[in-house]
Amino acid sequence: MTTEALTSTDYIRHHLQNLTCGLQDGHFHCAHDVAEAKAMGFWAVNVDTLGVSLVLGLLFLFFFRSVAKSVAQGVPGGAQNFVEWIVEFIDNSVRGSFTGRNPLVAPLALTIFVWIFLMNLMDLVPVDYIPFLAEKMGAGHFKLVPSTDPNATIGMAIGVFFLVIFYSIKMKGLGGFIGELTLQPFGKFGLPFNLFLEVVNLIAKPVSLALRLFGNMYAGEMIFILIALLPFYAQWTLSLPWAIFHILIITLQAFIFMTLTIVYLDMAHQEHH
Amino acid sequence: MNINATLLGQTIMFAMFVWFCMKFVWPPIMAALDARKKQIADGLAAGERGKHDLELAAKRSAELLREAKEKAADIIAQGDKRASEIVEEAKAQAKAEHDRIVAAGKAEVDQEVFRAKEQIRTQVSAIALAGAGKILGREIDAKAHNDLLEKLVAEI
Repeated sequence: MTTEALTSTDYIRHHLQNLTCGLQDGHFHCAHDVAEAKAMGFWAVNVDTLGVSLVLGLLFLFFFRSVAKSVAQGVPGGAQNFVEWIVEFIDNSVRGSFTGRNPLVAPLALTIFVWIFLMNLMDLVPVDYIPFLAEKMGAGHFKLVPSTDPNATIGMAIGVFFLVIFYSIKMKGLGGFIGELTLQPFGKFGLPFNLFLEVVNLIAKPVSLALRLFGNMYAGEMIFILIALLPFYAQWTLSLPWAIFHILIITLQAFIFMTLTIVYLDMAHQEHH
Repeated sequence: MNINATLLGQTIMFAMFVWFCMKFVWPPIMAALDARKKQIADGLAAGERGKHDLELAAKRSAELLREAKEKAADIIAQGDKRASEIVEEAKAQAKAEHDRIVAAGKAEVDQEVFRAKEQIRTQVSAIALAGAGKILGREIDAKAHNDLLEKLVAEI
C-alpha cells in the first residue's frame, strides 16, 4: 500500500496488474493502469512476466548445465544427487506414460516441470515485497509470478500444441492426421460431426493445459493478496498455512502440466487412441 | 491481464529452453546415470562371483583337510606297524644274541672245567705218585710204573 487513499479494490487491482510496456504513439513506455495496457493492443509485452520467466529459466539451465558438465560416475555430490533425483523422477514419469521413442520428450518434460515449478515458487514470495521494490525503482506494477499471467501459460501450451500437431503429422503422415480428425469415431458418413468432435478434442488440450495452470496459480495468488489486506500482525495466521499448502499445489501443478504434456505427445505418437 | 505479445515471447523462450535442455543438459546426466547403473551392476556381479569363489574355496579346503587327515592316519598306522616290526626284529635279534652268548659261555665253562680236570688229573697223579712213593718208602721207578700211572690218571 503506497498511498494513504488506497482502497482494498485498488490494492488488489494494483497487484493483479502486469508491467505492460509497448510502443505507443511512436515511443516506448509502460502502462500505468489497466485501460492504458489494453489500449496498447496485442503488440505490447508484459516485461515482468517475460523477465522473471527468463531469469528462472536461465537459473534452471545454468544450474543443471553446471552439474551436467561436471557430472561424475562415482559417488555423486550434493548438487549432483539433487539433479539426478529430479532427472530420474522425470525419466520414470516419461517411461511410465510415453510408449514411443523420442529423445525430445524427456528433456521437454524436465524443462516444463522445473521451469513451471520455479515460476510457481515465486508465489511464495510475500506479495508486497517485489511490487514495493519495483515502485521504488520506478515501475508502476510488477507481477512476480509468471504463471499467474495467462500469456505465460498459454504461450507454453501453444508450444506443446505445436509439438502435438508436429508429431501427429510426422508419425501418421498428413493424411493419417486428417483421417484421425475426420474418420472417427463414427466412420466417414459422420464426417462433419467427427471433425467437430475431434477438433474440439484437439483444441481442448492446450486450453486445458494453459487454463488449469493459470487458474490455480491466479487463485492462489489472489488468496495471498486477500490475506495481505489483514493487519500485518494477523497475516501470518492465514498466510503461513496457505503457503505451506501452496507448496503442495505449486509442485502438483508443475507435475500435472508435465504429465499431461507427456500423455498428449504419447497420443500424438500412437496410431489410434 | 490481457493477451498480448508476451505469449509469443514465452513460446519462443520455452522452445529455446527445451532445445538447450535436450542438447546440453539431459544427455550427459543420463549418460552418467547409465554408466553408474552399469558400474553398480558390475560390482554386484563381481561380489556374487567372489561369494561363489569363496564357497568353492571353502569346499576345497575342507576336502584338503579331510585328505590330509586320512593321510596322517595312514602314516600313523604305518608307523605303528613299522615300530612293532622293529620291536619284533629287535626281540628276535636279542634272543639270537642271547643264545649265542649263552652258548659261548657254556663252551668256555666246559673248556675251563676240562682244563681244571686236566690239571687236577695231573696233580692227582703226582700226589698219588708221591703218596705211593712215601707209602712204599722207596722210590718207585717212574719209568717202570708209568703205564700204571697213566692208567690211573685216565681213570680219575
